[in-house]
Amino acid sequence: MRQTCLNTVFELAKRNKKVVFVGSDLGPGVLDSFKKKYPDRFLMEGVAEQSIIGLASGLAFEKFRPYVNTIATFITRRCFEQVLVDLCLHNLPVTLIGNGGGLVYAPLGPTHQAIEDISIMRSLPNLTIISPSDAYEMRELMMDTINIKGPLYVRIARGGEEIINNKNDKIKIGKGLIKKKPGRLLFISTGVMTQKVMAASQELKKDYGIDAGVLHLGTIKPLDGKILRYWLPKVERVITVEENFLEGGFGSSILEFINQNFNNSKIKVKRIGLPNKFVTKYGSQDELHKYYKLDKKNFVNTAIKMMV
Amino acid sequence: MKKINELSIKLDNRSLYLRSLVVKCLFGGGRGHMGSAMSLIEILRVMYDYVLKYNPKKPHFLKRDRLILSKGHGCLALYAILADKKFFDKKILNSASRFNSILGGHPEFGKVPGVEASTGALGHGPAIGLGMAIAAKLKNLNYKTFIVVGDGEINEGSFWETSMIASKYKLDNFHIIIDYNKIQSYGKTKEVLDLEPLKYKLESFGYKVDEVNGHNIVNLKNYFMKLKKKLKKSTALICHTVKGKGFPFAENNPFWHHKNFFTDKEVSEINKYLGKNRL
Repeated sequence: MRQTCLNTVFELAKRNKKVVFVGSDLGPGVLDSFKKKYPDRFLMEGVAEQSIIGLASGLAFEKFRPYVNTIATFITRRCFEQVLVDLCLHNLPVTLIGNGGGLVYAPLGPTHQAIEDISIMRSLPNLTIISPSDAYEMRELMMDTINIKGPLYVRIARGGEEIINNKNDKIKIGKGLIKKKPGRLLFISTGVMTQKVMAASQELKKDYGIDAGVLHLGTIKPLDGKILRYWLPKVERVITVEENFLEGGFGSSILEFINQNFNNSKIKVKRIGLPNKFVTKYGSQDELHKYYKLDKKNFVNTAIKMMV
Repeated sequence: MKKINELSIKLDNRSLYLRSLVVKCLFGGGRGHMGSAMSLIEILRVMYDYVLKYNPKKPHFLKRDRLILSKGHGCLALYAILADKKFFDKKILNSASRFNSILGGHPEFGKVPGVEASTGALGHGPAIGLGMAIAAKLKNLNYKTFIVVGDGEINEGSFWETSMIASKYKLDNFHIIIDYNKIQSYGKTKEVLDLEPLKYKLESFGYKVDEVNGHNIVNLKNYFMKLKKKLKKSTALICHTVKGKGFPFAENNPFWHHKNFFTDKEVSEINKYLGKNRL
């Protein structure tokens, strides 16, 4: 997914002379082909995120389209004020590509785990947030970033995720995808949680006869109000799933949406996500998913409990 | 050095006139960063009178020079010179800081014609200007980027990050101007966080560094005229200034860094030093 994301930036650069890549001390060899073909539009800076965000802002003031890439925590935590003032306040079209959204950097500990980035970035006016589920969706959404007029944050997962989207899916920034139509229950998920939710939905049907729908929102902000207004009145139970703190995160945004759009809603919502605690374990992302019950088993059990 | 630090320089009528425009903002809104604006007047006056390429009727024309007032709290001085140069009507100055005004306590892009970027959170302007300077190279344009920073402002690490990047690219179109009035919000820079030896620090970060009396029009002008020669590196100009310059009771007085109330006595004192430009 990460490679696809960066390859798409290269593709965009071939089509649009205004596209500039700005990295912050990334690994050796990153986008070498871009660097070779467009050395002037390939800026690899040091470990200086605050300055890099400002620099990208200056480029965007001058009508360039910067794509900034570094580890998600460094984009969302360290230079929050630069993102807010330099990018969001000026509403400039800079795309921030955050590596390791969620628990990807499991063995590297709490300094590298982007598990509150959705909450942080959701609070910023003018910012669009996308969180694709697989490489196919990543490419489609990245190609669409060039059409966005303001700043945008891309939450990247680990890579190698199961491909769940194809050319039949109408993938655009701001548009959700119904991956499975709901009965009384609808899962709403984002990022790579959607694969696990789809597996849970299949098991619920096969083993328990429950029609659990799956709505994937690859764009977290702004929410696809149209698809939510269409499907939410048709269901009784909603389970949101995210690889982020529950506080102020993706599920919270769905609760807010229901609160703002449906008077006297009888929809029951259960949010699944991470507790507001620092991670104390290492291991792999999958191990942490199991530890925090971000797995099929918990999704199935939660659904069954809600449907009783 | 003696001349540079000889700051009891007498202000001419234009400098007093520009100060009267700042005072219009202060009295109109009943508040503002007076000390921080007054140390800047001659720097901005020289920039707009002699150095910058700009067109008040087309504030965004492509080949203009870019000036970012990174120490956004000094904005009343910028508003004064922009109004003087007819970027907007001088009558607006009276409305500064008021509910519907375009002139806030920090300058905002998109609201105030001639303001290149919204500033106020310190340490942001240099990096934004750096991006603009790199953009000029990418577009093969000759405009210059000037960033005016405060002395307290360069406590920020982001300034030094940006300096390293500017040095890496040997950007000859990136120019830092430091309003070194030696007083930050709490007190003397020497005591709060000493910047010295500032010249050597800046040089070691890759700048061609000069020092000038920041209230001496001729010296400032001469410096910027010399800038026309290509140096193959970025420059930093340390402007030795006086906080609150022009108003002895406010000079070097941290309590005049920001004021949100003026007594009748203070109004009358301020007017006294404006001479025939009194309000």
